[in-house]
Formats: sequence, structure tokens, C-alpha cells
Amino acid sequence: MSDKDRWLLPEGIEEILPAEAFRLEALRRRLLDLFFSCGYELVMPPMIEFLESLLTGTGRDMDLQTFKLTDQLSGRMMGVRADMTPQAARIDAHYLKRDFPARLCYVGTVLHTRPDEFAGSRELLQVGAELFGHPGPQSDIEIVGLLLAALQVAGLREVHMDLGHVGVFRQLATAAGLDAGVEGALFDALQRKSRPEIDALLGQCDIAAAAKQALAVLVDLNGDDGVLARARAQLSGTPAPVGQALDTLQSVAASIRREYPDVPVYFDLAELRGYRYYTGVVFSAFIPRHGYAVAQGGRYDGIGRAFGRARAATGFSADLRLLAKLAPAAAAAHGGILAPFPDADALRERISSLRAAGERVVVHLPGGDVGAAAHGCDRELVERDGAWTVIPVGQS
Amino acid sequence: MLPLTIALSKGRILEEVLPLLARAGIEPAENPLESRKLVIDTSRPDVKVVIIRAADVPTYVQYGAADLGVAGKDVLMEYGGDGLYELLDLKIAACRLMVAEPARLAERDDPHQWTRLRIATKYPVTTRRHFAEKGIQTDIIKLYGSMELAPLVGLCDRIVDLVGTGKTLRANGLVEVEHIADISAWLVANKASMKMKHGPLKGLVQSLAVAAGG
Repeated sequence: MSDKDRWLLPEGIEEILPAEAFRLEALRRRLLDLFFSCGYELVMPPMIEFLESLLTGTGRDMDLQTFKLTDQLSGRMMGVRADMTPQAARIDAHYLKRDFPARLCYVGTVLHTRPDEFAGSRELLQVGAELFGHPGPQSDIEIVGLLLAALQVAGLREVHMDLGHVGVFRQLATAAGLDAGVEGALFDALQRKSRPEIDALLGQCDIAAAAKQALAVLVDLNGDDGVLARARAQLSGTPAPVGQALDTLQSVAASIRREYPDVPVYFDLAELRGYRYYTGVVFSAFIPRHGYAVAQGGRYDGIGRAFGRARAATGFSADLRLLAKLAPAAAAAHGGILAPFPDADALRERISSLRAAGERVVVHLPGGDVGAAAHGCDRELVERDGAWTVIPVGQS
Repeated sequence: MLPLTIALSKGRILEEVLPLLARAGIEPAENPLESRKLVIDTSRPDVKVVIIRAADVPTYVQYGAADLGVAGKDVLMEYGGDGLYELLDLKIAACRLMVAEPARLAERDDPHQWTRLRIATKYPVTTRRHFAEKGIQTDIIKLYGSMELAPLVGLCDRIVDLVGTGKTLRANGLVEVEHIADISAWLVANKASMKMKHGPLKGLVQSLAVAAGG
């Protein structure tokens, strides 16, 4: 390794430097304040855990995304968390054991073995909120509303909301009695909205014409308001849970329109992101000129089963670093006051009282005069007529 | 209104897609076959065309640098994943992805006896997947062009490549021995654009579907 690349960070890992770091921290505080004001309790799950508990109920994708190491004390495999949601679910099911809804929120670093997107980060600052123990659409409404409030707090504009429901495809596939191979291929083609492939796949399989028709229309059931009405007409003969899924979507969309009339809502009944994990409404938030969702979530009932207690669950998460990057840059630095090294009581007291009043006061250490601006200060503390006075830089 | 960007690649796809776009009411302001510009306005003020390398089209579209793109199924198969929507088979630039080998090898070769093959190709992912599904091991040599030369000079035994008329193969003493897939150009879309610009985007897809069908 040459001297030059010794300080290179691993791919997808970055450090956050002064101005940006404080902006990120300020955003973190505002989001936690928002969650607190809505009754969400903060939890701090551990960075590493034994693999069995970390990966319980999550599936193969998460397994591949998890960095693993051996615990030298117990000889067991440990994983660095790649997602905090299962940890929150474990806390709810295993430790809290409440019989009423529990609201948890978290913020912490997660590591991914591979970046999720092009030139993406492998170290994310995951922030999220989860609502456990309520199966109705009201909790979906609360979580989607909280997500939109969080994006507003982050300063993101022109947010678009994408709503889907994995129950629609699951019900149709089950009712049609598709075998696992065909269902997998159909799922794959639906993810790519490849109508020619879907038609070819359905053409080959031997199922009732009505079931085939219902699966075939799914790929086109996306767009704005008209979609739900169209879905009700085209999926009228299908199992009752399909209708209930559409009802849930309608009430979630209505609540978004009521509280965030500027947020366009898009429906996609073939959106199957996280299909093996989610069980109900799924949602993603998008903003223009960013080709990926900025935050996403959904309902994942029953995840706690592996921890001894199946609980209804819905929640969302986002990468705080990404939110901070996308948020419009904050106003200029907050400035500060440069003070001489305090070798007298009067000066020490003055500095303390300025700091107590919320001012940022930086002490100038003797030697090497670099000026106030280098310390991010726009004012100076100088002695005038025996009193310590704050004056703008350059007027002394 | 947010403009729509369509990614196209130079070569056969561009030649065949321009008449299709024209039928859908989109005519580039400059001839992309000759122009050196990479971003070209069109007769529709809300539609722009970018000209990039064929293998780059999925990347541009997946990450939202273009809303729509036209890419060969060969490129999409090699790119893999479910990061973009494959909306429409435009049924243009049709050809086949084939396994080919020297005629003298084909005379005594039996594909049922294949266990381990040395293959030169531009499509390592697709080739490996195709043979892995049949339980055949492959040593793959990735090349960027003139695939037909590789078996002649002993670099490999067989090649996997696109075949149009088969003339190039025959001229170099190669014959087709196995069909992997039928290839044509597809219309692909960025997932976020589909959600945020669905009105104009769907309109455009619809008119291209009509143009491709007619």
C-alpha cells in the first residue's frame, strides 16, 4: 500500500466533515423531536448481534447484506446490523410485551455489504419509526402521515407518494393456485412491468380464465386517482381480501389528500418491493431528479412470531445522510464570537454569560494569529473603556 | 412541466427506432445518425433524446439520468436485476443470441455430451446463466468484438453472440449449434419517473405501442 492510498476509505464509506456533520445532527434532533411529539419512544439497539437473532424473519436478501464476524468469546457468528427494523420488532415482541400499541423510533448506523444503488453508500444512518400492535388502516394512516411530516421537517419539497398493497398479488396468486415456479417467474416479470412476458407466462399455465384475467390486468393498475375505481371494476370477482386491500389504500390516500393536499399520490398495485417481508400497504416517497425512493415502508404483520409473539406492525425508514444531502442547503453558518484567552475573572465571566445566552464563543489561543473568520466567527470580544464588549470583526 | 428524456444508442437500434419515434410524433431536431451532439431536442418541446453506448442504456435509465430508453433484450439480459421497467417489446432490430462453433467441430460434436466449455462472448452473465441452468460448467473469455475470430485462432472452442443473417458466421467457417434467446429492442423506463411523471410518460409509451404495433 502506497502512502497515497493509505488514507482512502473503503468503497461506499464516507466521513462527514464539520459543516455537514452539524447540519446532519441538527436534522437528527429535529426528527427525533417530531417522533417524540407524536409519542414514539426512542430505542438504541446494539450495533452487532448474534446472527440468528439478527436475521430472524428477514430472508435471504438481508443475509447477503449483512457483514459477519466470529465472536471470540462464544465462538458464535455475529452480524453487524444491516437494518434496524427487525431489532425494533424484537424489542417490541421480546422485551416490551405490551398488550396495546407500542410506538418505537430509532436512529443509528447500519452497514451493507453492497451499496443499494449506483455509487451508493454502504454505511447508512438509518432513521425510522415503527408502530406495533394495531392491524387496522388507522395505523397505516398514522405512519404514512408521520413519514410525510418527517420529510417536511427535513425540508424536502415536491414529495410524491407511491402506494401499493402486496396483499392484492398474494391473494390473486393464491386463489389462482399457481405453482411456486410460475409464481416466482410472474413476480419477476411484474417487478419489471414486462407485459409481453406476463402474457406469455399466463398463456402457458393451466388456471381458470377469470384468475388469469385478474393477474393479467395487475400490470396496468398503476397511475393516479382512477386506478382504485378501475381495480374495483376489473377485480370484482376476486377474493374479499382484495377488496379490503383496496379499501385500505383508499383511506390512506384520502388522509394524505386531507393533510398534505400538495403531495401527489400514485397507486401501483403491482409494486411488490419487499414482497416476502411485507404483508399489507407498502409506500415509498420520491422527489424529482432523484431516481430512487428517499424513504419507504409498509406493513409487515407477524414479524414478531419468531421472537415468540406475532404482532401487527407497520413502519418506515430512511437514510438520514441521504435526506441531509437532498435537503436544500441551510442558511449561512451561525457565526460566533472570538474572545482572547481568559486570564482575568471579568473576561471569564463575560464569556460564560455569553455562552449561557446561547452564543458560540471561541477562545483565541496565544500564538499564530489566523483571524476570526478561520474560527467561523463574525464578531470579536474586545476591551473598551474597561468593559468587555462584542463588536463586529474589523472594527477594533 | 418536467421534460422526458429518452436514451437511445447508436447503430442498428437508432436506425430502426427513428421511424418509430416519427410515427409517435417525435422527430429529433438534428439527425442523430450524423450529429455529434449527445443531447438532442425534438419536435416535442417536452421530449429530449440522448445518444449513448448501447450497454449504458440500462444504467442511465435505472438511475434516472434518462426517463425512458431503448435497449436490446441482449443488453437487458446481461444487465439483469429488476431495477427498471421493461414496458414494451418494440419488435425492431430483431436477431438471435446463439451458441456457435467451427463447422469441423460441429461435425462430431454432440451438445448432450457437453460438460465443460470454453466460450468467448460479449455476454458473460447471460452465457454463464444459460449453461448453469443445464448443469454445464463454462470457462468464459470476455471479448468486446470480432467474436468469430476467437475459435479460429484457438482462444476458445465456442462463442455466444448475436446472429442476424448468419453471414459473418459462415464467412468464418462457424455454424449455429444452440439457440439461447430471441432478441429485439425493448422500451425501458425508470421506476421513479413512472411514478412521478406517469401522465406524460404513459402517453408517450402508449403512442410508441401504437407505432410499434402498426
